[in-house]
This record gives sequence, structure tokens and C-alpha cells, in this order.
Amino acid sequence: MNLSQYQLRSMYRTMVSIRTFEETVKQAFAKGHIPGFVHLYVGEEAIATGVCSALRPSDTITSTHRGHGHCIAKGCDMNSMMAEIYGKATGLCKGKGGSMHIADVGKGMLGANGIVGGGPPLACGAGLTSQVTGSGDVCACFFGDGACEQGTFHESANLAAIWNLPVIFVAENNGYAQSTPASYHCAIENIAERAASYGIPGAVVDGSDVFAVHEAAVEAVKRARAGQGPSLLECKTYRHHGHFEGDQQTYRMISTRAYPRARIPSGISGPWSPSTAGSPRRSWMPSTGRPGRPLKKHWPTPNPVPCPRWKRSPATSTSVTRS
Amino acid sequence: MAVATAARTITIAEALNESIRLEMRADPKIVIMGEDIAGGAQVEHLEDDEAWGGVMGVTKGLVHEFGRERVLDTPISEAAFIGAAVGAAATGLRPIAELMFCGFLGSCLDSLLNQGSKLRYMFGGKATVPVTIRTMIGGGFRAAAQHAQTLYPMFANIPGLKVVAPSNAADAKGLLTASIRDDDPVIFCEHITMYTLKGEVPGGEHIVPIGKAAVARPGSDVTLLGVSLTAVHALNAAETLAKEGIDAEVIDLRTVSPLDEETILESVKKTGRLVIVDEANPLCGLASHIAGVVASRGFHWLRAPVGMVTAPHSPVPFSPVLEDAYLPNPQKVVSAVKETCSKAS
Repeated sequence: MNLSQYQLRSMYRTMVSIRTFEETVKQAFAKGHIPGFVHLYVGEEAIATGVCSALRPSDTITSTHRGHGHCIAKGCDMNSMMAEIYGKATGLCKGKGGSMHIADVGKGMLGANGIVGGGPPLACGAGLTSQVTGSGDVCACFFGDGACEQGTFHESANLAAIWNLPVIFVAENNGYAQSTPASYHCAIENIAERAASYGIPGAVVDGSDVFAVHEAAVEAVKRARAGQGPSLLECKTYRHHGHFEGDQQTYRMISTRAYPRARIPSGISGPWSPSTAGSPRRSWMPSTGRPGRPLKKHWPTPNPVPCPRWKRSPATSTSVTRS
Repeated sequence: MAVATAARTITIAEALNESIRLEMRADPKIVIMGEDIAGGAQVEHLEDDEAWGGVMGVTKGLVHEFGRERVLDTPISEAAFIGAAVGAAATGLRPIAELMFCGFLGSCLDSLLNQGSKLRYMFGGKATVPVTIRTMIGGGFRAAAQHAQTLYPMFANIPGLKVVAPSNAADAKGLLTASIRDDDPVIFCEHITMYTLKGEVPGGEHIVPIGKAAVARPGSDVTLLGVSLTAVHALNAAETLAKEGIDAEVIDLRTVSPLDEETILESVKKTGRLVIVDEANPLCGLASHIAGVVASRGFHWLRAPVGMVTAPHSPVPFSPVLEDAYLPNPQKVVSAVKETCSKAS
């Protein structure tokens, strides 16, 4: 694999940015500054980074409820993302979407998605657009091991295969569908084996190895762009934190909680360290909504919804006479 | 196939086909997809121009003119292809997808409820989803509970979807054209018994705006309100009532969402009486919503309680005897009007 210094540095920065962003969200959420709930991508950085570094800006991605990392890797502005997570009018979606619906269509980021398995059909649509317009773009569809048991995944994989769509299905297998272990919810060990059912290539890679993910993604993107159809890439990974922030994780054995931490961040380590790549924190730390900042600015202004209009009619009963 | 430039009498199916054909000629970003909509075009012994063209023949000939790249037969995977239509719309195409029967909504609800209808809003207005979902509604074909439903109230209950249901060939063409050109998802409801209904249709480009009801028959004594087939029932009932000295005004709603409240209220203000005819199930339905609008904004004009002729709150039965008893018809409307006119002031 031939990666330039620029690419290597960029991938490193992306992973550290995701990690930093997520830890910032974690702190802010713990302080009660963030409404709703958040799902952190900590531990899975190498997947979004490895895949998105194989894409070009006009390519698209569909994401999941655990979508912050995908957004950052696809180039979304982190300050606007953080503002969105805080529910601010200055957010990427004007505070209408929040953590689970961050999107930036202009950057090819077709939305985080609160519905498990919501992304694959949309990815087929993006692939169809590329095919019909001849743009040559591809769509990378991220989803978790839980979504692999949704009908939408199976239907979409089949549809993409028969229509030969330029879609890369990226299964992020972090071992748990919320609290349900993959060993229970999935009848086979490797989700990638399901590719055979649709006549498409499938591969299993170490999702904490950014180079392995990138190499497999480059291959899949190459095939998709050359009109050779979809692929299924399964990235075995580990979710450092709970399903959502506040998850007590009683379903996890202490030993399994401890083990991967010892080897993380394997993707982030490697030949570089923050000292060689330069400190990311000064320039990338999201400034809007940093924990401890005043929260009273930039709230959206509620506007009246036009329909239905429950207003009094201008006419009054006294003005109407009946025979 | 040439499309006439002058008005002529054609069926609703032909009017729909004409609208799709004209729009696809004008805009290369329009694709159409659904189960059997080309219909056998990929079968070796059939030429493209012999392809079936959908269960009702609405899309006949399209694959011959526009090719398989733009006229896409799908597997029976509603969740995938309705979702793909939404995804394609969000990324630059203007797809038309056919959900054969509206009951199949059960297989693809997420694509409409959580994706298509909400993307534009959730993304802060930065995305448009110009997708048209054509779907069949209504009973009368003895198709039983899963294939004879009228679900426009369910669609209309989802903010972000527009819901359209024409009652004649000219409106079918004009509203479908408007739906295809609309930048929001539109559910276009076609009544199963009306495809062969003929009417005069303008040639060439013809647009009927979404969200505007039509006064199909002016009158002064009572307002009859219907949509899709029930608008036809209302017109037929009005003819019967005219012979008995009751002059009914008929409003063809044409669009269920957004609802044209002003046209309804104008008419009620004039007649003082309202009978709503609706083939959908009544609970939390279209008829009760319109009754609510009139009670809220036009109560002082009412001279009698609002009458409602709807299906009962039951699945659609199969047996012809039972289905006939289930569905609204002109006789039921006439009876309801007489009851309404006999009440108070």
C-alpha cells in the first residue's frame, strides 16, 4: 500500500479529531450540557477514517446513530457538528436534527440515521443516482452488526447486486447490537460471508487497523467505480463506551471491557505520535459548545407551524343570518 | 409514441402514462421503478415494446421509449426500492416509484415515515427529496383486506409528505405532473376501480397545483366533500338530489395534504351544511379531521351537524355482499344528505 506523507498525516489527524471530538462530547454530556442522547464512536475511528480516505469529495456516505466519526471523516465542520449536538440554530442542521441526524449533503454525508438499517436503501439510491447520471461516484454505506439482521440490509445488498450499483457496504461489527452480543444475534461468525448470498465480494478486516481498512476500501471503491458492482466489507471493531452515554454496560464481562482497552488505540498508534504529527488540539478542538461554555446563545427561534391553522375565522356568528 | 397536443377523451391510466412520458422526455433525471412496471422486458422471448407495463398497464411502453436504465423493474423488496427512490431523490434524481398496493406500505414504512418525509427537515432544509410514490388505493375489486385499503389518512398523518388523490383523467395527468415536479415526497393515490374511467384531458403540458381543491359542482343547499372515487360518488349523489330539489355543492378535495381548508370553509359558509364522503377507516381519519377543521373555524356557519359517510372501522371484507355494504356509494350519500337537511334551522 502506497500512502503519501500527506495522506498518512491526514488519516492520523482524522482519527485523533474523532477521538478528541467524542471525548469532548462525553464530558459535555456528563455535565448535562447536551440534550437527548449520544452514541460515541470511540474505538471505531479506524473504520470511518480508512474508508473515507479511500473516497473522493463527491462520493457519498450513509451513516448510523453512531455517526459523529463518519461525519468528521467525510469532512463535516466540527464546530457546526458540535453546535448541532447542542441543539443550536448555528448547527449543521439548524438544531433540527441533533446527534442522530447530522448531515451535510454538500459534503456527500447523507445523514446519520436513528433507524438501525435505515441507511442501506438510501445508499442504493445514491448509487443509482451515480449510475444514471454517470458521475462515477460511489456510496459507502456504514452500518453496525445489529443492522445486519434487518431486512433492509438483505434487500439492499440484493438490489445493489442485481442493479450493479457502486455501493460499498461497510459492516462495523463492534460485537454488540445495543446489549445483545453478535454471537447471539447473528447465525454466522462473519457477516462478510453473507456476501456470497448476493454474489458479491466480501472481506473481513481488523477494524482497529486503519491500513487494513483503507486497503480493503480502496479495492472495493475501485471495483465500484469501474462498474463492477457492490462489495461487503466487515470491519471487526470494539466499542469503547456503552451503546449510548449512560449505558451501565452490565451485559459486558469485566474482562472483555478491559481487554481491548489495552490494545487501543492500535490504529492511532503506529509509526506516528502526536509529537510527530503536530498537536491537533489547538486548531481542531471544537470551539462552539465546548464544555463549560455559556449555553444561552444561538438557540433556534420557534416559528409557528403553518398547518393546521387553528385561528378564529374573521367572520363572527352574529354576522351570519340564516333563513 | 406521439402525445396529442389537443384535448381528447382518454382513460385515467392513459392520462397517467402521458404525464410520466412527457416529464421523462423533458427531464433526464426522472427514473421510474417498481414491481413489474416494465414487466417482462427482460424476458428473452419478449421485445421491450411487448412488455406488460405494470399490473394496470399505466407504465406500458415506457421501457421501449426510455430504456432499462430509466425504467427499472425491481425485486419484491419494497423496503429497498422505496428507500432507494428516496436516496436517489436526495442525491439528485427525480424518481417515480410504484408501490403497487398501498397496503404494501407495511413493508416499506420506514423509508417514508423515518427517511423520505423527514430528511429535508432534519437536515435543516439542506436536502430536497423530489420523489413521487404512485400507489393504488380503494376497494371494489373483491381484493380483500390487504389489497383494498385506503390509507391516505395514514400518509397524511406524516408531516413532510404531500398526499394527492385525483378523481378524473384531467386531474390525474395534471396532479401527477405537479407531483413529479414537486421537491418534496408526494404520495400519489390512484383508485383501483378508476383506471378505465374516461374523461377529457388537455394535450401537451398540463399541471394541476397540489393543495388546491376543486368545486366540481356549484350548489347552495349542502356541501358534499369527497376525494378520489368518493368525489365521483358525491357528484352522482348530487345529480339524484337535484331531482329531489336539493341543490348540492360538490368539492373534490384532490389533495389530502396539505389540506385546502379555505375552499372547504368558503363552501360551508355558503351552504351551512356539510356531508363528508370518505372511503378510509374513520378513526383519526380524513373525515373526522375535516369535521374538526369546520367545527373549529366555521362552527357558526353550520345549520346542522356535519354528516359523514365513511367505511366502518373494520378491515375490508372479501365477500361481494359484505364489501358492497362496507364501501360508501351514492345511495348512502343521498341518505346522509337527506338526514343532514332534515335537521335543525
